[in-house]
Amino acid sequence: MTTAGSRLDPWVDAYAARANAMRASEIRALFAVASRPEVVSLAGGMPYVQALPIDMLTQTAQRLLVERGSVALQYGSGQGDQGLREQILDVIGEVGITAHPDDIVVTTGSQMALDLVTRIFCDPGDVVLVEAPSYVGALGVFRAYECDVVHVAMDDEGLVPQALSDALDRCRAEGRRVKLIYTIPSFHNPAGVTQGAGRRAEILRIAQAAGVLLLEDDPYGLLGFEGEPPRAIRADDAEGVIYLGSFSKTIASGLRVGWAVAPHGVREKLVLAAEAAVLCPSNYAQLTVSEYLATQPWREQIKTFREVYRERRDALLESLQALMPEGTTWTIPAGGFYSWLTLPEGLDATAMLPRAVANLVAYVPGTGFYVDGQGRQNLRLSYCYPEPDRIREGVRRLSAVIESELELVHTFGTAHALNPVTGSTVPSPDLA
Amino acid sequence: MHVLVLAGGLSAERDVSLRSGRRVAEALRTERPEWEVNLSDVDADLLDRLADHRPDVIIPLLHGAAGEDGALRDVLECLGIPFVGSAGAASRLAFDKPVAKQLVLDHGLRTPDCVAMPQSTFRELGASGVLRAVVTRLGLPLVVKPARGGSALGASIVHEAAELPSAMVGAFAYGDVVLMEQYITGTEVAIGVFERDDDVLALPGVEIVPQGELYDYAARYTAGTTEFFCPARLDAEREMQAQAMALSVHVLLGLRDWSRTDLIIDAAGTPWFLEVNAAPGMTETSLVPQALSAAELPLGELMAELAEAATSRSR
Repeated sequence: MTTAGSRLDPWVDAYAARANAMRASEIRALFAVASRPEVVSLAGGMPYVQALPIDMLTQTAQRLLVERGSVALQYGSGQGDQGLREQILDVIGEVGITAHPDDIVVTTGSQMALDLVTRIFCDPGDVVLVEAPSYVGALGVFRAYECDVVHVAMDDEGLVPQALSDALDRCRAEGRRVKLIYTIPSFHNPAGVTQGAGRRAEILRIAQAAGVLLLEDDPYGLLGFEGEPPRAIRADDAEGVIYLGSFSKTIASGLRVGWAVAPHGVREKLVLAAEAAVLCPSNYAQLTVSEYLATQPWREQIKTFREVYRERRDALLESLQALMPEGTTWTIPAGGFYSWLTLPEGLDATAMLPRAVANLVAYVPGTGFYVDGQGRQNLRLSYCYPEPDRIREGVRRLSAVIESELELVHTFGTAHALNPVTGSTVPSPDLA
Repeated sequence: MHVLVLAGGLSAERDVSLRSGRRVAEALRTERPEWEVNLSDVDADLLDRLADHRPDVIIPLLHGAAGEDGALRDVLECLGIPFVGSAGAASRLAFDKPVAKQLVLDHGLRTPDCVAMPQSTFRELGASGVLRAVVTRLGLPLVVKPARGGSALGASIVHEAAELPSAMVGAFAYGDVVLMEQYITGTEVAIGVFERDDDVLALPGVEIVPQGELYDYAARYTAGTTEFFCPARLDAEREMQAQAMALSVHVLLGLRDWSRTDLIIDAAGTPWFLEVNAAPGMTETSLVPQALSAAELPLGELMAELAEAATSRSR
């Protein structure tokens, strides 16, 4: 007879403490179902890459390999390809930023830039102020570096300056070091709201006065549905702001090319940190992007994306307006991929998800966008990937699910399940 | 021989099923490299695919509704395609926990006392009164879980009456009928059963010691979070009683080829039937593969034998 049991993982006692929370989760299991075509997934934030001119991209990739294959398939610079960095200046010029190619560090998606910035600034216990709610990928990075994440209130115009100022004062009074203020000013993920010019100026002024670095994440800035792209906060301060950009939404997420625009001293450290992490970003992916920017009408393509997403946003908002039960509210995005929905009083978006998936519609429960358990009454709806008719069908299904859940609350006096869900409550990047 | 392993589907256990399917397919390919072993999801094109490239035998490894409730197996029977595992009718009995428990009870085996109710009962009669009556009858603590479904999705253990409404909400999220059963403390053991050479064999028991009170989804599928003992830390008599119970359940529910019975052995050494699975999980952390390993029965060899037996049964 065996005297010692097996835990099926011989390394179970060797993991770092930070790996303890990495567990299988029911919610992730439900997202696995959401990948099936029968399910209308309003969950994932997958860009609609089908809108790209695939024939032209094929030619671009072929030309790259024929003409510059020996470079594309070789190691490159840790800071990123010089030519691409020059081209990125044109892209960030669209949001009002002027910079030098040396100010730019190319990364494997802007997610890697988030990781690098946190790596060089944050010791365990340092405070990072983030919006409430905030991008789940950023929260994951901050937690991995054992930061103390503090949420700051938002309203229909994004981060609330007074709340930011109060949070900074509170941290200072408590003797806690605030290292970063992380914000997504344009077409926020997941809240779908955008900071106006006045608010951006006020937030910048507060950060400057507090002497805290502002980390501006702007993956959706060029995907506004009306007027000119919002002016980046970095456009008005080259020393106090690190700006993160990405080609994931304007070209293709599969290329994994993003960048950071950083002050000189920060940039030097970012390059060294990048080399320690990955040696260099993919030369092949960078040169593909570079070739695309040089030979294709990329501004026109962004217009195409805007039109695609605007049509889908309209389909979502019209159906929500027509079908959602009383007491449900949602934000009205002026660009980007997401609307943030608040369920009628008492409902719990996490507890409701199994019923939603059984009824062939999926969303991301709001708790995934907080580190402190907030967001139970909220959910994120993504309109970027499904066709408009599918979005309408998805909202119809969701509406019926909410009605059933209201009945459940009426019957039992609660909508909260006894067992809280452990582990990740958001889908993996490849599940729409 | 052309073997088709069906895995995936639309239930909340899709991911578990896909992992089970990949593991079984790989074991079969290693055991019988000359066989054509394919893996397929279950979707609206499945019947067309079966017509275009009809397999000699199917191994359904779908978990949860539409996979274990017998419906797909009924379709395979209609198509005349041999498959490994229980027929539709027996799968249906096993999948419905209250029905399986009643059958087991009728044959003199012990199972925790229980009540199963649809959401409409609570809506029409008022939840507080119905729950009060249930607690009066069954006492506390209680296990609350969906009447159909697996992987402990929607399950919870209730110690106080005030927790019952939220436990019901958790269970109704996964189904329209909820089972409330007395919570028996003791040793949780799973017994795999296989039919081999016209014999029905019980595998060594796998004892489950989760970190928390409940062997829940995270405890099942996160390696390292649960301690397993195989064989279970039972004396020979208790082990034999547990195996005898699993064999009885397999036979009296009319199950075929393989099954896994979950039971609790209380402080007095008495086994209590909890539920039986007609399509047991076969993932890296699942119970039957651990029992097979302890019994030194290679998974691929056993699955190949079951596949061959299924084809000859159809002749």
